[in-house]
Amino acid sequence: MTRRSGPLLLLSVGASTAILFVGFAYLSPRVFAGGQSNAGGNEKSLQAFRAVASVLTSPRCLNCHTSYGGPLQGDDNHPHAMNVKRGVDGKGSAALRCLACHQTENGKTLHSPPGAADWQLPSPKTPMAWKGLSTGELCRTLKDPAKNGNRSLQDLIPHMDTSLVRWAWNPGPGRTVPPLSHDEFVGRLKEWIETGAACPQ
Amino acid sequence: METIRLVVNGQPRELNIDPATPLLWVLREQLGLTGTKFGCGMALCGACTVHVDGNAVRSCVTPVKAVAGKRITTIEGLSSDRSHPVQKAWLQVQVPQCGYCQPGQMMSAAALLAVNAKPSDADIDDAMAGNLCRCGTYARIRKAIHVAAELARSAK
Repeated sequence: MTRRSGPLLLLSVGASTAILFVGFAYLSPRVFAGGQSNAGGNEKSLQAFRAVASVLTSPRCLNCHTSYGGPLQGDDNHPHAMNVKRGVDGKGSAALRCLACHQTENGKTLHSPPGAADWQLPSPKTPMAWKGLSTGELCRTLKDPAKNGNRSLQDLIPHMDTSLVRWAWNPGPGRTVPPLSHDEFVGRLKEWIETGAACPQ
Repeated sequence: METIRLVVNGQPRELNIDPATPLLWVLREQLGLTGTKFGCGMALCGACTVHVDGNAVRSCVTPVKAVAGKRITTIEGLSSDRSHPVQKAWLQVQVPQCGYCQPGQMMSAAALLAVNAKPSDADIDDAMAGNLCRCGTYARIRKAIHVAAELARSAK
């Protein structure tokens, strides 16, 4: 490099820096909206997701959102009695279907089968397995249409209002409920989406 | 009380009954079909298994309102002349000991064979895991299901 190229080089570097800065300023909200980064300014979204995650990782959700070959039970997530399997459609194996025991409403007595409409696990094609994931991994799984049942972020909201999801707040005798109310949960989910759906690392 | 219509073992039935009544008690006490047994009352043992539209269901926890308009098959309706492959196999293998759980075992076995003509041991174990037998006849049950599958295939 010659001395004469010095001022030009400085000008070039300066211009490039300016372009990069402007470009980053233009792109960064989009990056945040995609949730690929949480660098600064998105703490509100992260806090909202942590609240959402506290519900998603509660036993009432995890017992079906599992990579285990069938449902789990109880607050300790032990395998479902009778070695119940997920089956080819998420509704149990032949002759031992979920609906063999689970009705559309809870059993009234302790340890009797809980129930809600459409009682089932996620399908084996999209098991939506959350158990064992970090909060960041759970977040990215929830946002990935390939892993969330081909749902957009907006599609997640009505899913949380289905009878099966709502069952978590009315699980029948002897079962704990998630740490937030259903209204709080849906509110924090909407807040997370509206603030850019940021994911923890 | 409500009027509820069912088809039980091929026969239309009309009942004036509390809709929350478990199907098991409708079968046993209203219709006199006592082949279906009460075991635990909580869907934990399988003794009360019947078919609802072909699917194995625990009748002790199934309110009759949930099966209104549906086809119910009990152990009495499996066949009227012991010709069902499961009935033949159960006799051939001499499965029962005390026999109390066997109607439920047979109904689960029949439901399995209706959707899987040649089940493996693993298929059988998965399908039958909800039917308990305090006599421990599980090995004979598994053998009889294989026999029933073979009988059904050879009959075609």
